[in-house]
Amino acid sequence: MLTMVLKRLAMAIPSLIGVVVVTFLLTRALPGDPAVYFAGPAATPQAIQEVRVKLGLDKPLIEQFGRYAVDLAHGNLGTSLTTGQPVATELRNRLPASAELTLLGLLVSIVIAVPLGILAATKPNSLVDQACRVISTAGVSLPVFFTGLILVYVFYYLLGWAPAPLGRLDVFLSEPPHVTGFYLIDSLIAGDPETFMASLKQLILPALTLAIFSLAPIARMTRASMLAILSSDLVRTARASGLSAYTVIITYAFRNAMLPVITTLGMVFSFLLGANVLVEKVFAWPGIGSYAVEALLASDFAPVQGFVLTMAVMYVALNLLIDILYGLIDPRVRLDA
Amino acid sequence: MTDIAATPRPESSLVALLRHARYVIGENPVTGFAFALFVLIALAAVFGPHLVPYDPLASDTVESLKPPSLHHWFGTDQLGRDIFSRVVVATRLDFFIAVASVALVFLMGGLAGVAAGFYGGWTDRIVGRIADTIMAFPLFVLAMGIVAALGNTVQNIIIATAIVNFPLYARIARAEANIRRDAGFVEAARLSGNADWRILALQILPNVFPILVVQMSLTMGYAILNAAGLSFIGLGVRPPTPEWGIMVAEGAQFIVSGEWWNAFFPGAALMVAVFCFNLLGDGLRDLVDPRRRT
Repeated sequence: MLTMVLKRLAMAIPSLIGVVVVTFLLTRALPGDPAVYFAGPAATPQAIQEVRVKLGLDKPLIEQFGRYAVDLAHGNLGTSLTTGQPVATELRNRLPASAELTLLGLLVSIVIAVPLGILAATKPNSLVDQACRVISTAGVSLPVFFTGLILVYVFYYLLGWAPAPLGRLDVFLSEPPHVTGFYLIDSLIAGDPETFMASLKQLILPALTLAIFSLAPIARMTRASMLAILSSDLVRTARASGLSAYTVIITYAFRNAMLPVITTLGMVFSFLLGANVLVEKVFAWPGIGSYAVEALLASDFAPVQGFVLTMAVMYVALNLLIDILYGLIDPRVRLDA
Repeated sequence: MTDIAATPRPESSLVALLRHARYVIGENPVTGFAFALFVLIALAAVFGPHLVPYDPLASDTVESLKPPSLHHWFGTDQLGRDIFSRVVVATRLDFFIAVASVALVFLMGGLAGVAAGFYGGWTDRIVGRIADTIMAFPLFVLAMGIVAALGNTVQNIIIATAIVNFPLYARIARAEANIRRDAGFVEAARLSGNADWRILALQILPNVFPILVVQMSLTMGYAILNAAGLSFIGLGVRPPTPEWGIMVAEGAQFIVSGEWWNAFFPGAALMVAVFCFNLLGDGLRDLVDPRRRT
């Protein structure tokens, strides 16, 4: 088991190197002179020269890359032009907001998609099956920002059930003492049910938006792999032995069918992390996505670079985690490795 | 009175394809519907600006933020511009971005993948490494980074969308070229003294082509979504240019005060277009490769 984890870790290293090289090259692709760019619009030629020397832009490309890598190893992602704050600090402060939203979105998505896929597979061509097909086709066709806006219109404007789409917490409430950065968990630790409910209310709509978007692959994969397992010999034997339908479907079929679903989670995360940026913009969510969008529009490149790097590193780590999880659940993978 | 001369003649391949197409559409009316929708979208893209009742850029402050009516089918926006006209005119730009980016990735990914599958070795390793590196990013995030780096223009949105789709095309093309590398007809061509490029162009590419075309239609939907997402966050297209993503973004501020039509109609147009391409892709796949039917 340990060797499998180590081998998989080793396989993630080329991906990480690739990510660092690409984010480095992205800065070099900036139109014009990066020194002029980083010095800001009102810089004198002298200031530009200073920036050039300070950033090491007068050195050969390979040496610049070395400096970039060393900076990264020290957790230095540069400084934002607009706020003057180190990018790493701002990303760290905003990351919990994005993580809480994305994880809750994924959770909602799994809670809806997995039972839907199972039901659709156990009764092919039934009403549930048709519903599953419609929902998963609609899910991939709906632009995520559009779903978000429709939800806001229906649940905020028409029904008045949801609070205004403005951030993580009502302005009249103070945020819970910082432990994990997740408001839901922090408010529970602080024993503050009012803040918990308020932050949950703010979270529901954006999380649901993300869930609708990422439902489709999970539901489709659950349905397909359940269908395959349900027609297999092991299920036939279980049925022939007179086990109850529940035991057959949940204990025998579902546990086997979950394996391919876990592999699709990798793709789902790619969707979720990208969609996160759009959802954060719709709901004025103070996460790293909206930080990057603000910086992008202000042509402030260091935060964008830091954001792309952070997202990619998280994505590589998540894929690694999924693979290890897969090995934990399925002993056959361990034998192969 | 049977005509003896009417023995079935061998059909030309075009006739056979058309027959097969009619059969597939007959089997699955949804594909026919999707095709009709596609024709409609294409017509709007080509003739849109000549058909619409109002100038998509002309503002009329008296008529601002009016709900849908007989005069303005989709209502008017904050500057009194007719949303129906804007949605129809925007079709051309959105369609162009999607088609251009898909054509670009078809060229880049298709050629790189075919070369990787055919030659193997270093070519294969380099193409595979590039694809893996792109896949290490969440795709929309990488597209944001590329547009930010190359500059905030429509052209760069097309390039970014093409790059993030590269691994998909390269992998499919590679797999299809690889299984045909040692096929009988390729061996025969090689033994008859054909050069590598000739085998690639005349034997491998024509076989890989239909599969990539299906992929093109399947990724068109994603390309439109990706481009609209980028313009929604303010990249690429600039106001007042009519484009679906930016129209949804401009309308978003009015959702909380109940003026839903501003964001709804461009968003719905986007949804219909993506839906159409997804259905069409599924139908085309049935046509080209019935085994992969789901």
